[in-house]
Amino acid sequence: MAELDTSSGGGKKGGKVRTKKANTKVDLTAMVDLAFLLITFFMLTTSLSKPIAMDIAKPDKDDNSVERNELRASETMTILLGKNNKVAWYMGEAGKSKPNVEGFGDIRKSILDNKKKVAEATGGRQIIMVIKPTSGATYKNFVDIMDELSIAKITTAPAIDDENITDAEKDFMRQAGILDK
Amino acid sequence: MPRAKVQRKSTSIDMTAMCDVSFLLLTFFILTATARQPDPLDVTIPSSTYKLKVPDLDMGILSIGKGKVFYEIVGKDIKMATLGKMGEKYNINFTPEEKERFGVIGAFGVPIQDMKNFIAMDGEKRKAFLANSGGIPADSTNNQLAEWVMQSRHSVAELHSTQMRVSIKGDAQEEYPTVKKVVDILQKQKVNKFSLITSAEGDAQ
Repeated sequence: MAELDTSSGGGKKGGKVRTKKANTKVDLTAMVDLAFLLITFFMLTTSLSKPIAMDIAKPDKDDNSVERNELRASETMTILLGKNNKVAWYMGEAGKSKPNVEGFGDIRKSILDNKKKVAEATGGRQIIMVIKPTSGATYKNFVDIMDELSIAKITTAPAIDDENITDAEKDFMRQAGILDK
Repeated sequence: MPRAKVQRKSTSIDMTAMCDVSFLLLTFFILTATARQPDPLDVTIPSSTYKLKVPDLDMGILSIGKGKVFYEIVGKDIKMATLGKMGEKYNINFTPEEKERFGVIGAFGVPIQDMKNFIAMDGEKRKAFLANSGGIPADSTNNQLAEWVMQSRHSVAELHSTQMRVSIKGDAQEEYPTVKKVVDILQKQKVNKFSLITSAEGDAQ
């Protein structure tokens, strides 16, 4: 940065030989620039890189209590996660209603549609979601579908069931070509 | 008539105070920034729109990728206590120095039998060793992973009198059965609630 030399007084008149005073000021501009750059960097990295936790609760496996809540089939939407980033979903009971095969881009709309339908049909009751990941699904698919549920503001805890995949479901997924085995 | 002289002012500003403040802030941010331990297992975590931040304390992080499982315990005291318990369980005697060294190691994925060698290595060798190791054994006959989780949970309960949170950090392309295997191990210990670690999604709504 330009610095004007204001210290030079009329030195032409003779007389005493003055020792030249060295300017003690250091130009701090570059230093400040650097400091702020680093501050910005540290500020951004500390707050942004923090990973995010998605809390998942699974039903207790050894829970033998008799009181199990029966799910109303008509209010239940089951989503099967298949391979090649495809999902199959159906309402109600397996085998009775025809499942739809969709990609992850369209599932949000289906969830919202079904949520609305259930709410209208039952007078404001929440839809019940059942998620069934099969062996062909990736971990990302699972996280994505949980994310879609939270986007669709489904507040009832979804049932995650990776064991009881019925034959009807398997048959359908095989036909659709999204079953792993 | 003499010309009116315009007083010439210096354009330089005294930046000392600004410099002081900025370096103070810089020091603060450097000190508060937690140095991230490099992950031995290369995982790309999926993104989500969840907003809950991962807590810093009393956590066990299971990294899953390429069919391997690595485990990381957060907190030096917990790590040291857990190693001691594991030693007792598998009849391996870890010296206090070894425990001390283990306390600063991040994620690990070696069988307990190799743990003594692993602790003795230096940083570079350790990295190479982890890259070739098969993770923590987690099959039904030799389920060391379940033991690690169990012992670290005990340690957290004893030392911090709180519950340990179990987090799963899975690779996005990991197949679901691998994740299921780990979840089953957790469920066997009645850990039915756990967190999946994801990164923040750009277009969060």
